[in-house]
Amino acid sequence: MKGYELKDLLAWDARIREAVAKAGLDCFDQEFELCDHYQMLGYMAYSGMPSHYPHWSYGKQYEKLKTLYDYGVSGLPYEMVINSNPAIAYLMRDNSLLLQILTIAHVYGHNDFFKNNFTFKATRAELTVELFKAHAIRVRKYIEDPSLGIDAVERLLDAAHALSFQRRRNLAIRKLGREEQIKQAMESAQPKPDQYRKIHRPVGFQPPDINKVPLEPEQDILLFIRDHNPYLAEWEKDLLTIVDEEARSFLPMIETKIMNEGWASYWHKRILDSMDLDQGLYLEFLVRHNQVVRPIPGQINPYHLGLKIWEDIYRRWTNPTAEEIEQYGAPDRTGEAKLFQVREVERDTSFIRRYLTPELARELDLFKFEPRGNDLVVSEVSDEDGFERVKETLLQNVGTNSIPVIKVEDADFGQNRTLYLRHYHDGRDLHLEYAEKTLGYVYSLWGRECALETVVRGRRILLIYNDRGFSTRTMK
Amino acid sequence: MVDSIFRDYRGSNAERSDRSAGDRLRHRQKVRESIRTNIADIIAEESIIGKDKDKIIKVPLRGIKEYRFVYGDNTPGVGQGEGDTEAGQVIGKVGTEGTAGDRAGDRPGVDYYETDVTLEELIDIMFEDLELPDLERKALREIQSERSSKPKGHRRVGIRARLDKRRTAKQRIMRKLATRHAALEELEPDEEEPRFPFHTDDLRYRHVEPKMRRESNAVVICIMDTSGSMDTMKKYLARSFFFLLYQFITTRYRNVEIVFIAHHTEAKEVGEEEFFHKGESGGTFISSGYAKALEIIHERYHPSIWNVYAFHCSDGDNFDSDNPAALRAAQELAEVCNLFGYGEIKPLGSRYYESSMLSIFRRLSAPNFHTVLIERKEDIWPSFKTFLAKERLAEGAA
Repeated sequence: MKGYELKDLLAWDARIREAVAKAGLDCFDQEFELCDHYQMLGYMAYSGMPSHYPHWSYGKQYEKLKTLYDYGVSGLPYEMVINSNPAIAYLMRDNSLLLQILTIAHVYGHNDFFKNNFTFKATRAELTVELFKAHAIRVRKYIEDPSLGIDAVERLLDAAHALSFQRRRNLAIRKLGREEQIKQAMESAQPKPDQYRKIHRPVGFQPPDINKVPLEPEQDILLFIRDHNPYLAEWEKDLLTIVDEEARSFLPMIETKIMNEGWASYWHKRILDSMDLDQGLYLEFLVRHNQVVRPIPGQINPYHLGLKIWEDIYRRWTNPTAEEIEQYGAPDRTGEAKLFQVREVERDTSFIRRYLTPELARELDLFKFEPRGNDLVVSEVSDEDGFERVKETLLQNVGTNSIPVIKVEDADFGQNRTLYLRHYHDGRDLHLEYAEKTLGYVYSLWGRECALETVVRGRRILLIYNDRGFSTRTMK
Repeated sequence: MVDSIFRDYRGSNAERSDRSAGDRLRHRQKVRESIRTNIADIIAEESIIGKDKDKIIKVPLRGIKEYRFVYGDNTPGVGQGEGDTEAGQVIGKVGTEGTAGDRAGDRPGVDYYETDVTLEELIDIMFEDLELPDLERKALREIQSERSSKPKGHRRVGIRARLDKRRTAKQRIMRKLATRHAALEELEPDEEEPRFPFHTDDLRYRHVEPKMRRESNAVVICIMDTSGSMDTMKKYLARSFFFLLYQFITTRYRNVEIVFIAHHTEAKEVGEEEFFHKGESGGTFISSGYAKALEIIHERYHPSIWNVYAFHCSDGDNFDSDNPAALRAAQELAEVCNLFGYGEIKPLGSRYYESSMLSIFRRLSAPNFHTVLIERKEDIWPSFKTFLAKERLAEGAA
């Protein structure tokens, strides 16, 4: 370590924790581990997990990160935190003292967010590390099993990885069991009470088809295949479960990237500001802080956007301008209280929808771009006309909204056990080469014909994958 | 207040820091596998022919992409400007990384489609693909030469110059100690210990073994028709084939030389540059090229010392009057060569109206003579493979 020792870090950490407590942040206990850059690359490749099952894609990830790092294309993050209880963070030992201080404060921001944001409530933080370890043990067991071997396990994992995020995104909404779905379907099939029933033709009771599988379109594709393909072996089902569970535990991170990074940046700034750093450290702090949260022209830096929105919320609830009071009403609570409320009940989508104001968007100069020919062209800017469309586009690209929604509509399409999937098209077409290959993975898991309904350039088409390979059909 | 603990750096814990080793290896295997399955396409790419060994080649990879359902290129995005962005401004190109906006989510990002390999690695993989284990055992005409020697143990006999004094002295001491008891008994009191001279048994010589090195020399003779009918495309195909042959021979022999012979109605030895780039005009006497090759072989590469590989590329448009002479020369050449090949380059379709040497050479019955037909660049690799596979067959028969 450069010019400081572990005991210096401990002393700074104690001061930071005091400031954290004073600020009212509510954290899990925290573990810090000092690592070198090789170890950091290793942690990054495996999403920070101390233990993780093996798969070649992580090797690829490692090589890619290392290449980018070696050629100076991208640096390494100053830290990496994982959502577990206690939270685990890795600090780079070659960083300067100030960077460590900044990072430690930043980590407590994340930690507070993990503990309090609603999206993380469904992940059991105290079990995260053990869960990943248990997965690793099981996968290794299958690989070492001479009757299975690495090739079979890899084939299944390749397919499962391709579909891992084709699952329900909002973990706070409980999934109904089959019985409940039937009940709901029966209820909604009942004729509505009609106060004009004397003059209306009576609507008879239309019994719903309760034998249909799935009753309601089903978004958890991996789990659906696990539960409805009777030819899968136990180990295959187990692997599908493992991949789904991992995707599930990363979901909150994806859903709150902007909020979470913004929150941690907001608090490391406030905490370090409150700590009376000496001048040298403070100047370095300003430089580093601005490097992290600087806007990147032509892109969205989640650190920058998040921080700006949080600062704007705090300002609007402590010191609103007259116009703002007129437009949005007087603040209903203090700035602090508002911050803590928002960090608990929002995710990126709702956060941006509710708190990105036209004024802020204009200040940040957010714009929408679209491909035209070979160029990316700015099509809307955040003026009065364009703001809503810029915001809608931003929302489409935030969190899991950047993943196409595809649901299982029918598991027995044409009485042929064809798996019928439908892409819920929202104006964005699928990448067809990827769709073809991924549908191939669905086919390999389902074992029978699979069909995917989607829209390409305004025309409904059906992508089909069966024992004769891939084909497409235009739909009426 | 929250609790925290710090775990200090543990650098020696290799298991944790290098846990990705297995996955990296597996990934590299996949990359290699992918290159191997696409080798024919890569070879057909113009860029690798004639480059030096350390040249890094970008090889497109198929099969190691991680596919998911993702949105295509027509997806709008949001970016941040510097305060003066206006509608209609062009901010970047479709499909380039960086400008396309951070999607701030789990977009798979730009997967990389290519990897860098050095030409040497590529050649390794290429010949791995050939899977010709028999070729390793090929009775290469090797010449043993005693270049150096290495020490190997000690001997009781030898020449003076190799006397190991230290060991000899040791032997004497050992012998002295062994005989001491008896000697002491015989000794009268007060008598001085007698001299204990060296004995022939004590002498130890360093032993050296001559290091026999298998010297293997090969010469690749590239003969090409540079007559007017050989256009750039034909030359390119020929060049690709020569390249493969040369690389292949290089992996098998220590010392490989290459000779370029260009011929139209008469033949001359030329440099590489001239061979591939200089156009000639006029008619074709194939026999002239073979005669030149024979001449060079007799002058510089005697078959008792050299493994001779000759390959001739032509479009088969030979003067009819020359055919008997060409056949005779080919017969002679086949006798002095390990392998002699004739590649007829006929861009697709043209073989139906142009004359061909293939039918002429069919009359030549040497086991180490082979003809291949190359119609387009995709043929190069398969025909190269069959060329060598025939060699194996021939050996099996021999």
